[in-house]
Amino acid sequence: MTATAMAPDDIRRALTRIAHEVIERDKGADDVVLVGIADRGDDLARRLAAEISRIEGAEVPVGVLDITFYRDDIGLRAEAPEVHETRIDFDVSGKIVVLVDDVLYTGRTIRSAMDALMDFGRPRKIQLAVLVDRGHRELPIRADFVGKNVPTSRADNVRVQVREVDGADAVTVRRSDDGQGDA
Amino acid sequence: MNDHLLSMHDLTAADVTRILDTAGSFREVGSRVIKKVPALRGRTVVNLFLENSTRTRISFELAAKRLSADVINFSAGGSSVAKGESLKDTALTLQAMGADAIVVRHSSSGSPLQLTRWVDAHVLNAGDGTHEHPTQALLDLYTMREKHGRLDGLRVAIVGDVLHSRVARSLSIGLVTVGAEVTLVGPPTLIPPEAPAWGVEVSYDLDGVIPKLDVCYVLRVQRERQRLEYFPSVREYARLFGLTSERAQMLPETALIMHPGPMNRGVEIDSDVADRPAAVIEEQVTNGIAIRMALLYLLLGGTGEAEAA
Repeated sequence: MTATAMAPDDIRRALTRIAHEVIERDKGADDVVLVGIADRGDDLARRLAAEISRIEGAEVPVGVLDITFYRDDIGLRAEAPEVHETRIDFDVSGKIVVLVDDVLYTGRTIRSAMDALMDFGRPRKIQLAVLVDRGHRELPIRADFVGKNVPTSRADNVRVQVREVDGADAVTVRRSDDGQGDA
Repeated sequence: MNDHLLSMHDLTAADVTRILDTAGSFREVGSRVIKKVPALRGRTVVNLFLENSTRTRISFELAAKRLSADVINFSAGGSSVAKGESLKDTALTLQAMGADAIVVRHSSSGSPLQLTRWVDAHVLNAGDGTHEHPTQALLDLYTMREKHGRLDGLRVAIVGDVLHSRVARSLSIGLVTVGAEVTLVGPPTLIPPEAPAWGVEVSYDLDGVIPKLDVCYVLRVQRERQRLEYFPSVREYARLFGLTSERAQMLPETALIMHPGPMNRGVEIDSDVADRPAAVIEEQVTNGIAIRMALLYLLLGGTGEAEAA
């Protein structure tokens, strides 16, 4: 069974709220740069940057980060994971980098992303913004900004769709039948 | 992709695209402050270079190191090979030491294939005799695609000693696989008779070919071939088949000038031609590292076991 966890308006409002929270927490947007994790995190990062710019009237640089080469399961899967584009056209040293991802789950992706980011320079701070936090962390990582907490079981399938890639915005959760059914 | 890379015949057009796309990501890694990723941490790559080649060896070494693999360089001089050890025993020794990949350069055609029968490691052919040099072909394809935006329909001439060139063979196969139009140009003594079977054209007239090209790929002249009477003199060769300043003028403006290195300036290519903006010879070298990183990553990044559908 599939349930909608966030409708397009929920996603828009969540991103607007996160934009305000980032500005409040970081006291403006002067040193703030956004780095979205490919794929879909980068689309969310661009929207978040547009919101922050609208509110503060300042441009916020946006980069996209592919964490494939930093994964901890390379060599454990049958085939080498597919690689996406990385593009960070600005210096992250001394900046407050807000990592943006669609779903926070085990935390392993974020661990990889932080390692990757360190190879680009030495950020003053790294913060984490996610659209959905579904729980089940395997590492001591938490998000600074969360669109929505969605309680799930491990067997559930959380899917984030964005209009840039999928044509429409949606967050859906496909529940497993107590882990028995076709998860 | 297969477990090994021995020949450009091993790769489909889709494989080539995947390798070039992956290499594109590694080009980006090469532009970072820290040009190193942890992708192959804990893996061991052996460079088994039983024929001299500083350039290719360094390129592979750098590629493996930028992936955080451990690298062992094994060359003929001063090693157990100089003491008379056979290739098989060398291979079994490397196997016993836990090599995950063996990059092999050997003067005998077919030795990388032979190696795959003795060891479990992934074998990458870094040039075997007059047979193939697939990583050079792939870095050339990458460079052409980057500059022209496509490979399909690209008009490429490969000029020079095709007969003894493993680069020419691998590049021809690769270009035909991706749908480019290839013309081999050189003296009849240096064009292999079976070349038309590769799906390429053959010409003995460089001036007639030059005005229509997207890429003019110049091969190195190995001077010792002249002594074997494949061509009468170096001067005559340069006059008929060298990419001289005058000939380079006849190339279309968008055409690339490429060379696998090391160059003999003044023989197969005039010095000022090699220094033109159209000559992308140094970019070929830079792209070589990215291509070799991509290949090591794609071969070593999975378990290689039965893949899930």
